[in-house]
Amino acid sequence: MRTTNKVKVLKKAFIDTLPILVAFIILGIGFGVLMSDAGYPLFFVFLMSAFIYAGSMQFVAVSLLASKVTPLTALLMTFLVNARHIFYGLSLLERYKDTGKAKPYLIFGLTDETYSLVCSKPHATDDNRTAYYFTVTLLNHLYWIAGGIIGNVLGNVIPFNSKGIDFSMTALFMVIFLEQWKQTKNHTPALIGIAATVVSRIVFGPDHFLVIAMVIIAAGLLLLLQLRKENEDYA
Amino acid sequence: MPDTHDYILLGVIAAGTAATRFLPFLLFPAGRKKPRWLLRLSNVLPSAAIAMLVVYCLKGIYFTKPQGFLPELIALVVVSLLHLWKRQPLLSIGGGTICYMILVQQVF
Repeated sequence: MRTTNKVKVLKKAFIDTLPILVAFIILGIGFGVLMSDAGYPLFFVFLMSAFIYAGSMQFVAVSLLASKVTPLTALLMTFLVNARHIFYGLSLLERYKDTGKAKPYLIFGLTDETYSLVCSKPHATDDNRTAYYFTVTLLNHLYWIAGGIIGNVLGNVIPFNSKGIDFSMTALFMVIFLEQWKQTKNHTPALIGIAATVVSRIVFGPDHFLVIAMVIIAAGLLLLLQLRKENEDYA
Repeated sequence: MPDTHDYILLGVIAAGTAATRFLPFLLFPAGRKKPRWLLRLSNVLPSAAIAMLVVYCLKGIYFTKPQGFLPELIALVVVSLLHLWKRQPLLSIGGGTICYMILVQQVF
């Protein structure tokens, strides 16, 4: 790839990840502060952000570490909190198919935020595609590690009231939701996603509803596809 | 200082997280032909998954007090209106977040 292309990809990836930069630095600081309060040194925070690299799981991990749970409990908790990643992989099987050497890293770095950016782009097949996915994944990873380090070193010395800044993630997902709504003709899958998650949240409470929501969504979508296929058979 | 148990938990959580990310790619390797239902599913899944993420972010809201849901509701309306108007992600996300921060810090 030519250098001008590299610069172009980097620039595009940087602009697209700006909202994530802000949010990951702030959330990363939150994580770093928590870990410093719990008495963990900088390199342990670095190891967690670099190798676990999953925001909500790392916040859960702070309490798992503090209560010295067994490895099996930690593993089951990890599956429960991160089960939604399975959806991301399933929807990116085709998109990540020909990404070559970058593929293991792209999969390793598949956070909510990276997924939402990658799947909001049209399925392009040009040469820059893999470079763009890779750069987005790497930049987000670096933002997250940097946030954790800053938080751990500076502790609670944050110069302004950042309460509510985590809403930027909600806003990011909302924007991508709107974009997808505009790009697709059939809105039933999106409506199934909303309905299943809302109902699961109401019925099962805020802590363990997501896995149930995923099962309902998968079943609902497969049923929808089956119905559509039968209609095609009639037509 | 972290002890051995801490490092074991770190390793288990890192491996468990990676497993949830790699699982679909291991179940359906790139070289092999994928079943048709899976290809169809992977076309409609992103819309549903993003919708799920939006609701997931709002899991903490409650309706017994105005401050339990109004900041989120107002800020989401602001995000949507900004986005339908200018279609500039940074503007929609930045505007909505600033609005939310003012609401939770000053108003409610």
